[in-house]
Amino acid sequence: MKHITTLTSATLKQSAAKGGCGECQTSCQSACKTSCTVANQTCEQAK
Amino acid sequence: MIHRFTKKGVNFVLDVNSGAVHVLDDTSYAVSGLVDEAMPAECPQSVIDALPDTDPQAVREAYAELYDLKENGQLFAKDDYIDVSKYVPVGAPVKALCLHVAHDCNLRCKYCFASTGDFGQGRKIMPPEIAKKAIDFVIARSGARRNIEVDFFGGEPLMAWDTVTQTVDYARSIEAEHGKKFRFTITTNGLLLDADKQKYINENMDNVVLSLDGRPSVNDEFRKTVNGGGSYDVIVPKFKALVDARDKGKDYYARGTFTSHNLDFANDVLHIAEAGFDRLSVEPVTADPDSGYDLTEADLDKICAEYDRLTDIMEEKKREGNCFSFFHFMVDLNQGPCVIKRLRGCGAGYEYVAVTPDGDVYPCHQFVGKEEFKQGSVLDNTLDLDIAQKFAGMNIYSRPKCQICWAKFYCSGGCSAANYNMNGDMNDSYDLGCEMERKRLECAIYLKAVEHFCAN
Repeated sequence: MKHITTLTSATLKQSAAKGGCGECQTSCQSACKTSCTVANQTCEQAK
Repeated sequence: MIHRFTKKGVNFVLDVNSGAVHVLDDTSYAVSGLVDEAMPAECPQSVIDALPDTDPQAVREAYAELYDLKENGQLFAKDDYIDVSKYVPVGAPVKALCLHVAHDCNLRCKYCFASTGDFGQGRKIMPPEIAKKAIDFVIARSGARRNIEVDFFGGEPLMAWDTVTQTVDYARSIEAEHGKKFRFTITTNGLLLDADKQKYINENMDNVVLSLDGRPSVNDEFRKTVNGGGSYDVIVPKFKALVDARDKGKDYYARGTFTSHNLDFANDVLHIAEAGFDRLSVEPVTADPDSGYDLTEADLDKICAEYDRLTDIMEEKKREGNCFSFFHFMVDLNQGPCVIKRLRGCGAGYEYVAVTPDGDVYPCHQFVGKEEFKQGSVLDNTLDLDIAQKFAGMNIYSRPKCQICWAKFYCSGGCSAANYNMNGDMNDSYDLGCEMERKRLECAIYLKAVEHFCAN
């Protein structure tokens, strides 16, 4: 594309197909303990 | 739903339901503001007419690219692929514990949400036998989940060192026979760190969270010793020694809190980074209104400006080769969490629970001491499934403010405890927290774009 660059390589819809295994880290266990951000977590299947 | 924003001359369009993030030149960005999900294949004359100063051929090209993205499910995507009823867990396994091994603390931090360590329940240390019961509890309730997380929390967990080490030994001794893998985290103020504990933590803890607020004056205003003195000079050398000796592949965070007294908190982030910590988090305080240091809507402009300034600092540091990571500016645009996790959030109350020194179970550390949320006990392996199901049923589709928010798949509906504490309703999102989250996400996505274009 000439005018637009897409930074993401996959869509959330694609993640729905094989997601939900529940093996990933609980978000509040990482550092925050007071505020929620989930998008910075890593998918366990991608490790 | 899309979200359009420009930061430092870079134009972004986020497609909310697909998660796609696009960077646009000025022409395509202008066109993106003139179209919606009903855009036809051919560029309407009205779009060309609306941009009289732009070459019509360029407008048509940009329009065609946007249309292609729409056809590919990366623009104006619908969320009809999400079956919420299917994704609301019923009887979900418990897979993470916040183990309150000490309801006692050797600091007297003024902003402590745990009432200086005892959560309003009296100062106690968790006996090793109760900690082992908690390990049995999570194994028994974790179903098919292999990975189990335990965070040694408090109060100050180093005050319960014997319990910590016995818990790790016990979990390790039985994890294989149960087909589990325990991952341990410890969150400490550092006062009791010595060479032996440092070595043990670096060998046994998958993650360690080191509490440090930033500049000495900022840290010592709130993080005071029992005698009222500052803690900075005692803890920073100990934290530095721990991090220097730690395997670079293992996680750690230097983790601070900012209040209305240091709205120039980017200076504290920078201070921590320059003190030698390259993984850090400095987060907004959780405080009662009128505490004198709580954050209010009146602080929002300054906070947002400070996140912008922090973005500039991080961009410059990266250019210099001295980059550091900031927890709230981390975002994975490629292989982040699946949408099922993103719509549920933290899992408090059903996947993740807190256990007190007496063995009582609460939905998370922030609900400890709120008796109406007491869920059970590890002593008799009880868990109130009605409360668990109430938490499991909350998600970005159950929270009205989330439904119209572009950031919902990044924050996953925010913090139930913050909503409850500020609004008295776990489904009523804490507006100031949401505003800060949206600002941080824009900064995070901007930094990702810089990284992308530097790499290509």
